[in-house]
Amino acid sequence: MNALWFVLTRLARDRSALIGLVLIALLVVCAVLAPVLSTHPDDVFELHPSERLRAPSGSHWLGTDRMGSDMYSRLLFGARITILIGVIAVGASLAIGVPIGLVAGYHHGWVSDSLMRVSDIFLAVPQVVLAIAIAQTLGPSLPNVILALSVTYWPWFARVVYAETRALQKEIFVESTAALGASAWRLTLLHVLPNIASPIIVRASIGMGFTILTAAALGFLGLGPPPPTPEWGRTIAESREFLPDAWWYATAPGLAIFLTVMGFNLLGDGLRDVLDPRLRRSRAVSDG
Amino acid sequence: MRLLALAVHRLLWFAPTLLGLLVVTFVISRVIPADPVALVAGETATPAQVEALRHDLGYDRPLPVQFVDYVVRLVRGDMGTSLYTRRPIVEDLLRRLPATIELTMVAMIVSVVVGIPLGVLSALWRNSVLDHALRIVTVSGLAIASFWLGIMLQILFAMRLGWTPLNGRLQGFPPRDLTGFYLLDAALTWDWSTFGAALRHLALPAATLAFPALATLVRFTRAGVLDVMQSNFVLYERAMGLPRPLIVWKYILRSALTSTVTQIGLLFGILLAGAVVTEAVFDWPGIGTYAVNSIIRSDYNAIMGFTVWAGAIFIVVNLLVDVAHTLVDPRERTT
Repeated sequence: MNALWFVLTRLARDRSALIGLVLIALLVVCAVLAPVLSTHPDDVFELHPSERLRAPSGSHWLGTDRMGSDMYSRLLFGARITILIGVIAVGASLAIGVPIGLVAGYHHGWVSDSLMRVSDIFLAVPQVVLAIAIAQTLGPSLPNVILALSVTYWPWFARVVYAETRALQKEIFVESTAALGASAWRLTLLHVLPNIASPIIVRASIGMGFTILTAAALGFLGLGPPPPTPEWGRTIAESREFLPDAWWYATAPGLAIFLTVMGFNLLGDGLRDVLDPRLRRSRAVSDG
Repeated sequence: MRLLALAVHRLLWFAPTLLGLLVVTFVISRVIPADPVALVAGETATPAQVEALRHDLGYDRPLPVQFVDYVVRLVRGDMGTSLYTRRPIVEDLLRRLPATIELTMVAMIVSVVVGIPLGVLSALWRNSVLDHALRIVTVSGLAIASFWLGIMLQILFAMRLGWTPLNGRLQGFPPRDLTGFYLLDAALTWDWSTFGAALRHLALPAATLAFPALATLVRFTRAGVLDVMQSNFVLYERAMGLPRPLIVWKYILRSALTSTVTQIGLLFGILLAGAVVTEAVFDWPGIGTYAVNSIIRSDYNAIMGFTVWAGAIFIVVNLLVDVAHTLVDPRERTT
């Protein structure tokens, strides 16, 4: 608890990290309270052809879309999908990448080498390219988007954990714990893992932003969850035939993506400064 | 000699990585639950017809045999035939490659020419108004969805102001086909009106594509320059009384740029990935649009062909970047 408090107070002192935290908190509030906050909660699935493409007004704060649904309400429910995709995809990547990185980093031998070669292959191709290939073959749906993103993002965690584990093996405390007779399991899980938690947490925060951005791109290309799911990327794609007149239609979901991704990026940068004392010192020197 | 050894070493690494990429794409395309043959045959095909087609396409053989066959044909430059255009995929991709390279190169040049000086200035005038303004640029560059940025630029510059065309690569006839790059071809044939038109078509997609890359470059150049400015050799040069511009633009920049060169490799990845989405927004007739169209038409072969190409290009560029890194940084040669 003390450690968490320390991190939070430090984060609160860093202006950009604070902005990041606030943006993420806003996103979570929107997602959790979507039914309460939305002005037209039924509009996610209901059509109102007579109300279509209305400009922002008192009754429709962000206008309406091509089906006459309230944009503001759909955006709120879209936040749920964004969080769902981000959390599950990053969580799955963590679950795959961290053990692989630990094993490959702790053991020396052909297993480690081949594990890292496999992750190199995934890192050798831009994520969106592989994700497109996978999402396309599996067919557009929410689980498939999450699967495509997880399969292509785990190598980033494996890489980070591998490098940190290898570096930590040279530390005296690891060597002495091993000399005391600690098993490989005990050593990695109780001594190595807690010491490399910081880079993993930083990577996870930046990974959330990156994953959400890629998910939106997949949605835009028509590979995301099918309509009427209020996915932000798909909403932007739908708006294109009504431009430039229905400017609000494209603008609102894009801003939502922008603020969300920016929130996770700023938080990631802030966490990096707080959690990594080495970097904090170099930043203190360089940033005056 | 060391350079040669390094290049050979990296080339040896290139083959297994590419092979791994082929395994991944092969697994994606063949082992997944969906049946590609049924898809090709269409919904009205009888089970007997599907089986006949499966035999024709060779999908009834054991997977390892299929994989070897896949690799052997790839080595010969045969990626199969597009299920939609009925042309060899290699031919389709080759025809569209110049458009993508032209767009990517222009975006790369813009981001390097604008990004590096801005990064240097941002470091030199730390905490100035410019530095703060650039921080906003870098933060938003990494958070903005490029397809959305493209659409916003289209609304403003193409639809409202009418300064640029909405999409496409050129209206009317392309310049005489020498290299496939419209800008270069138009310049070589002294056709300046076509050159201008091609440039106007390029403006928005290139700006869209360049923005995230620019943000990354500013960020890394700034950090690199700040790092070098603290180092002992710069302190020494200042104590020697060397003029500040000489220190900054020659010694600091050379040291700082070594890390930036590595970044350009990553940058290329950002650009290549971004090109898929950006091309889709601007109907740019490159391999990105080809990939997106293939998605819409469920053209498996074409998508796998695109994935292999994109991966191979990316791996080759990283190879070149490694070699370039050695050339720029003298330390790499001695160690």
